Amino acid sequence: MKLELRGITKRFGTLVANDSIDLTVESGEIHALLGENGAGKSTLMNVLYGLYRADEGQILLNDQPQAFSGPGDAMAAGIGMVHQHFMLIPVFTVAENVALGNEPTGFAGALDIGKARERVIEISNRFGFNVDPDAMVEDLPVGVQQRVEIIKALSRDAKVLVLDEPTAVLTPQETDELMEIMRQLAKSGTSIVFITHKLREVKEVADRITVIRLGKVVGSAAPTASTSELASLMVGRDVELTIEKAESKVGEEILKVQGISVLDDRKHRAVNDVSLTVRAGEILALAGVQGNGQTELAEAILGLRPVVKGSGTIEINGKDLTASSVREVLEAGVAFIPEDRKKDGLVSEFSIEENLMLNQSFKSRFTKGLDISFGTRRSVAADLVKRFDVRTPSIDTPAGKLSGGNQQKVVVARELSRDVGLLIASQPTRGVDVGSIEFIHEQIVSERDRGKAVMLISTELDEVLALADRIAVMYRGRIVGIVGPETSRETLGKMMAGVTA
Amino acid sequence: MTEKDDRFSQALKEILSGSPTRTLLAVFLGFVVGAIFMIISNKEFLSAMGYVFSRPSDAFAAAWNVVSSGYGALFKGAIYNFEAETFERAIRPLTETLRLGAPLIAAGLGIGLTFRVGLFNIGGTGQLVFGIIFATWVATRIELPFVIHMVVALLAGILGASLLGALVGFLKARTGAHEVILTIMLNYIALSFFTFLMRDPNLLQEQRASGNPKADPAAETALLPNLLGDSYSLHFGLILALASVVVYWWLMERSTIGFRLRMVGHNPDAARTAGISVGKTYIIAMALSAAFVGVAAGNQALGDDTGVIPSSHADIGFDAITVALLGGSSAPGILMAGLLFGAFKAGSAGMQVIGISPEVLGIVQGAIVLFIAAPPLIRAIFRLPPPQHTNALGALKQRLFGKGGAK
Repeated sequence: MKLELRGITKRFGTLVANDSIDLTVESGEIHALLGENGAGKSTLMNVLYGLYRADEGQILLNDQPQAFSGPGDAMAAGIGMVHQHFMLIPVFTVAENVALGNEPTGFAGALDIGKARERVIEISNRFGFNVDPDAMVEDLPVGVQQRVEIIKALSRDAKVLVLDEPTAVLTPQETDELMEIMRQLAKSGTSIVFITHKLREVKEVADRITVIRLGKVVGSAAPTASTSELASLMVGRDVELTIEKAESKVGEEILKVQGISVLDDRKHRAVNDVSLTVRAGEILALAGVQGNGQTELAEAILGLRPVVKGSGTIEINGKDLTASSVREVLEAGVAFIPEDRKKDGLVSEFSIEENLMLNQSFKSRFTKGLDISFGTRRSVAADLVKRFDVRTPSIDTPAGKLSGGNQQKVVVARELSRDVGLLIASQPTRGVDVGSIEFIHEQIVSERDRGKAVMLISTELDEVLALADRIAVMYRGRIVGIVGPETSRETLGKMMAGVTA
Repeated sequence: MTEKDDRFSQALKEILSGSPTRTLLAVFLGFVVGAIFMIISNKEFLSAMGYVFSRPSDAFAAAWNVVSSGYGALFKGAIYNFEAETFERAIRPLTETLRLGAPLIAAGLGIGLTFRVGLFNIGGTGQLVFGIIFATWVATRIELPFVIHMVVALLAGILGASLLGALVGFLKARTGAHEVILTIMLNYIALSFFTFLMRDPNLLQEQRASGNPKADPAAETALLPNLLGDSYSLHFGLILALASVVVYWWLMERSTIGFRLRMVGHNPDAARTAGISVGKTYIIAMALSAAFVGVAAGNQALGDDTGVIPSSHADIGFDAITVALLGGSSAPGILMAGLLFGAFKAGSAGMQVIGISPEVLGIVQGAIVLFIAAPPLIRAIFRLPPPQHTNALGALKQRLFGKGGAK
């Protein structure tokens, strides 16, 4: 099916999210929509999907103008969508979620969940997703939840499939598999809109590339265009994709984890007998596909999640902190950039200024007895906002009003401004635009150069390879191996799939 | 239009879309609803409606009459009695409003505190009753010198209330039980326990009284002193309420404790990651909340020398929820809301005297909160702009008042 968007304009108040965008996707074409976060890609797709109504412009399917008043209409017209933020009901099972809105029914309208299960199993097997149809969605790791989203869209025979940042949580191999699926689907006539900010994937799979910046189409390119050409189109300037970093000057052991096991929310063993050390002046990257225990390991180190009794110990600066509270761990000298900044890193309703003192409310430069030291807070906040290039109208702006990249910069600014020995950065650049990624990477490297121990948890191989001094790969709760940064992508990919190096 | 004009109109939009404007309009609409009830229950108006097409002015006159005399009586009963012979008598209604508003303010602060922490304390009544029990026990069963006795009794009231609040917080933190269920059930337990205590002379019952549940009057040394002499019943409770407002403001807006309380209220996950024990915070929040309610309890137990009875809680625990909602859980908001509801309490008798049922005021109260709870409704009625987030107002304030509120 041929999809055409003509002059789509969408405004939110004074902000023009989409400025008269034209886009044509031919039948059977994989069309990449490339742009930084906040460029307006998701807004455009939400207009297409009927979630937003365009202020101006037209949507045409096979040259027929469409008027969607909701996602139901869009789906009926053959548009399927895998959102960046999952649209799943946490307390429903996988099969129930896939069936939702399109429920197979039996006699007298009774729900036939058996049929839904079969459909999940069939699609899951076809693409090797390995998803249990009876698992409760809230218990699944983020990566598997995304697969459920993909299954959901595929189960509805969509003729136009929109994938919004679908590869963020997949291994290189799985990404390759997904791309193969995309090619197959395209061959069978499905049009695919592939939204991403990852240049490598675009070059690999797309037939055509449209670049969006600040709500406008700034150009289109063939997949043969060079990476740097695409990147500069995207951010409007030439970007450095690799990071200059000096030889690491390794000092003493800061973090020492010995044989710990940790349970996840479902009481399954998510971390199994893991040992590792991080020394001052080095970046240890914890690589692996989402959901292999990295999150739980980080939470255990921070004290958010208990270590299985008797399984092992966590020492920071030689101090045993195995069963300590989060506050004790933070005060022992740990800075933590959480994986999910909206949920764990920020209070959206608080101003930037307040967010910058979030974990320093007990006794710090921001406090005077029981009083908050407002003067210090204002000046520190103003300074950090400037130093970390947070783009905001003022330090009183609620954090929730910032773009993803700027929110992350607030978290990074807070954590890096603390005088500590260990930095744990979990997915520090997830959902962050290219310009901010570069900036955050530089900051992490400079922390290491200043002699901090850094533990970087990342599912993005590019990030791991760019930053790490040593790479520990996790698979199913265990560390498969610890290798040097010169290790090839292929080897790392294999390790991430559980093959011992 | 210049950029400056733009900024002013944006700031104006923010004022119009802000909650203080909405609150005032909600109060206004509440009075309109009350007026409608007064009109349609008025006999003259109804009979005038019978010939409304031949002489519509009669119906309008009747409607105007009942509304103006009704709200006039409210004004006379709650603020200023312009028919009184002396000035002293004329302002008596105002002192009554202050007296009746004081415990509503204190308890409203308590409930407002839990709203800020994302909790819903329905247990104002139970906590109030516990505070009254403790304060009454000290005031009737212990002998202490003047002032010290009052202070000890008051502190006992605050302690009694906050113990019950802390229990709720503890059960929630430990077992995950929901605070709404806990507080409602504790209301029943507290009320019955209170009456139980007042049935036994060895416990709280007035020693010379017979069967009826009633406590001894508070010892004279424990009574809250009158503020304006003996011709008014306004007592020291007002000062306590005003002091509570200041403490609440400091606690929530200026202190690190309030910072953590608000953090847990907005995002418990982020708070946990920031090293804050959410369970402990719930206990602290419930204890602090109930402590404010305890100030109201002291007001009820030590405010007059008649001796408390089972209904001495005067439904303040419930009205406080409404006060906190109307006041938007902010210190100045709760102060104003408490005074408004105090005025309703003071003025209702006056309305009854001229034949308007005081329940109209209950309807007004309910309608106000209903309108508060539905901001889009208010916006639609008055065609206000939707919520603005540009903070132009903040920028303007910053420019006009230098460094602003912070230091």
